[in-house]
Amino acid sequence: MSKDNQILEEFTSREYEHGWTSDIEMESAPKGLNEDIIRFISAKKNEPDWLLEWRLKAYRQWTKMVEPKWPNVTYPEINYQDIIYYAAPKQKATPKSLEDVDPELLKTFERLGISLTEQKRLTGVAVDAVLDSVSVATTFKEKLAELGIIFCSFSEAVREHPELVKKYLGSVVPMNDNYFAALNSAVFSDGSFCYIPKGVRCPMELSTYFRINAANTGQFERTLIVADEGSYVSYLEGCTAPQRDENQLHAAVVEIYAMKDAHVKYSTVQNWYPGDKEGKGGIYNFVTKRALCAGENSKVSWTQVETGSAITWKYPSCILKGDNSSGEFYSVAVTNNYQQADTGTKMIHIGRNTKSRIVSKGISAGHSQNSYRGQVHVLKRAENARNFSQCDSLLMGNTCGAHTFPYIDVENNSARVEHEATTSKIGEDQIFYCLQRGIDEESAVALIVNGYAKEVLNQLPMEFAVEAQKLLALTLEGSVG
Amino acid sequence: MTNASVHSELLDLLTEAVLVQNELRTEAMQVFRKLGLPGNKNEEYKHTPITRALEKGLQLRASFVTGGALPNEDQWKISGLNAYHAVLLNGSLLPEKSFLPSQVTAMPMSKASANLQHVKDNMGTYADFRNDAFAAWNTAAWSDGVYLEIPEAVKLDKPIVIYYLHDSQAGQVKSVTRNLVISGRNSEAAIIEKWCTTGSNTVISNTLSEIVLHESARLNHVVLQSDTDAHIQYLFNQFWQHSGSFLNSHVITLDGGFIRNNTRVALDGENCESHLYGLYLLHKNIIADNHTVVDHRKPNSYSNELYKGILEDQAKGVFNGKIFVRPDAQKTNAFQSNRNILLSDKATINTKPQLEIWADDVKCSHGCTTGQLDEEALFYLRSRGINKDTARAMMLYAFASELLDTVNDAELKNYLDALVSERLHKNF
Repeated sequence: MSKDNQILEEFTSREYEHGWTSDIEMESAPKGLNEDIIRFISAKKNEPDWLLEWRLKAYRQWTKMVEPKWPNVTYPEINYQDIIYYAAPKQKATPKSLEDVDPELLKTFERLGISLTEQKRLTGVAVDAVLDSVSVATTFKEKLAELGIIFCSFSEAVREHPELVKKYLGSVVPMNDNYFAALNSAVFSDGSFCYIPKGVRCPMELSTYFRINAANTGQFERTLIVADEGSYVSYLEGCTAPQRDENQLHAAVVEIYAMKDAHVKYSTVQNWYPGDKEGKGGIYNFVTKRALCAGENSKVSWTQVETGSAITWKYPSCILKGDNSSGEFYSVAVTNNYQQADTGTKMIHIGRNTKSRIVSKGISAGHSQNSYRGQVHVLKRAENARNFSQCDSLLMGNTCGAHTFPYIDVENNSARVEHEATTSKIGEDQIFYCLQRGIDEESAVALIVNGYAKEVLNQLPMEFAVEAQKLLALTLEGSVG
Repeated sequence: MTNASVHSELLDLLTEAVLVQNELRTEAMQVFRKLGLPGNKNEEYKHTPITRALEKGLQLRASFVTGGALPNEDQWKISGLNAYHAVLLNGSLLPEKSFLPSQVTAMPMSKASANLQHVKDNMGTYADFRNDAFAAWNTAAWSDGVYLEIPEAVKLDKPIVIYYLHDSQAGQVKSVTRNLVISGRNSEAAIIEKWCTTGSNTVISNTLSEIVLHESARLNHVVLQSDTDAHIQYLFNQFWQHSGSFLNSHVITLDGGFIRNNTRVALDGENCESHLYGLYLLHKNIIADNHTVVDHRKPNSYSNELYKGILEDQAKGVFNGKIFVRPDAQKTNAFQSNRNILLSDKATINTKPQLEIWADDVKCSHGCTTGQLDEEALFYLRSRGINKDTARAMMLYAFASELLDTVNDAELKNYLDALVSERLHKNF
């Protein structure tokens, strides 16, 4: 046992590798939040009046709301007046092409392994890179434009395609949906916008990479994906942040609008700075993600690998409104040290013959707390709705906790809803078996964890799957009980 | 009238004529006043509109009647069951109508709590009243109940049935009862609880039992709810198990108005075993809510929970099962399963099986399903010349009988089987 614990400790004690900061000249708004700050952000971005009005409306609603306390996480009170709501790399002029982008910026992303230089076509992924509050570069824009696909930063979308933004902004996550969504609606600074026209199958993975760099800032980005009839897109999201002692707030909103026969696949590898071994610092990741399957036969699938953040609190959801629409949620959430995660999904069955599938794998180690919280709601008119949920937890060590809070509400008698959950640990016998075959303990743990998470990792696009697998091994380095 | 003033009138009505005599009651009353009646924002009562049921069922300006007439035995007695019994009428124990075994210490709770020091000391130490308004109300306002002590190594030959009779013909009835059961070391007993209402005025009953199982004690406990729709019921059974004890708990809900059951088990010793079974066959407008908690506090224990329900008409069922495994409770095995069949498109079920685990060397799982009868199985039966209604009845009966099979007492099982068969129109 003691030896197991030792390996466990070594394995879990690996440092965060994206903890460096880059020295980029920044300009930022003063600390605090009030209507002037919102006007400042809006003016900075040359936004039209309707958007400013929308922000102010959201802000006024936010001031009337209270921070929710029901999640199974604890953190000190957040002082919303002590956060910088806007920080952007200083740029002399809007870059026309990649050559005009600050080389320091490009270096930052290169260091993260994200190539913004389009020569590397091998990767075949179009990236929108967001540093702190603004999008710095979007690659492969022209190539995508040939197919009619719009993929750009949110601010650009507001300038170039106001009619689309106006129509779909807030259509899935209303501005007053919840406390953090309202905050985001008021102060969101940038993000990605994506529109896939009728019948187009997006030929490459679209990707957004978020990086928090500046200190004391919050990141509030907004992603809006609109998939028109019969289209397909696979979207990836990655995130990292420097190692800092104070907690930083990340309150993002992702909206997906899927029309008839559209298929959207959204994958996240979330690796925000999780705080140090004593639980100091780290990102509060309070995110609202929701997809609306508005049309018939539409399909949305969420895949997430959550390894970072001091506190993760998010529930990527699907509203299955169109008949025969389907939603999927695959998640691996790993918590270590003093991390806390309260994550899961909501599947709201409204249309007939709607289907949903939930596979959630939680892994907790160290002193962390890992909760799955999910809701499957079958409304009265959702004839023949079908749901299958599975949520498993793996515990490493006896100082962590795993919790499951599934809510199952069925109002239609033709629905079939199944839920199952298990909690277990990595068995001594499993490790012994590996040892016997010449696999050392550390690789054995990685092997078992990867096997455990395989069902979810298989859902990721290939480039991501490799990264996620490595990330899993790193996060858990040293964790067997 | 505003909602708030209805609430405060309800609170006043419920707590009228409470004789606050001691510290525990005073504290509980403060808790009750502070918590107020739970609304739908309260996580524990999210889908259980108990306050609305009280508002609808109770006449605010009329007070409660006490006393009443004892109905005929055939109306309330479990037929064909050879058993001891305790009878309570509108919340008071009737010792002259009760028949209890000579080996056990049995007395009205009102007397026991006044005379026995260990009853005074134990009361309120097992069932948590600080986080639940109705448990607080019970602790503050109970009027009577049954105190039972089964001495060490005594094995009872027959079950003890506690009958809660309510006569609401003269007006609405409030009955707040409290029991304490102490099963001594190596003792064996079976306890059955049953409710029966005569009269059409609303009955609000609040029954809280603290049941302690000492080392290696064995207890079979059955709750049988088949009352009229005039009855708004809150029931809280707190079991406390010491090392090596064995518990078999059944909660069978067939009829009633509004039902909320809290069944909680604390496994506070090693090598304990608990089986929690529940069967709810709901029809008409019944709302029945089963909240269960299995709290593993010590290592090496086993718990198994199975709740099944069939819902018809506009019935609403709620299930919330919590399993806690505390950091010390290594080598725990805990299982939980909730299965539901919805027969009408107006019936609803809200279920929330919940696991909270702080120990790593455990095996825990839960499962939950909601669906209908298997079409293929129905087809199979029909292809063998069984008509549709019979085939359905057979399958529903089979679904329910898995739980009936776990009832140990053969006489009780026959009685329950007859009730369930009648309900499911079994005539094959």
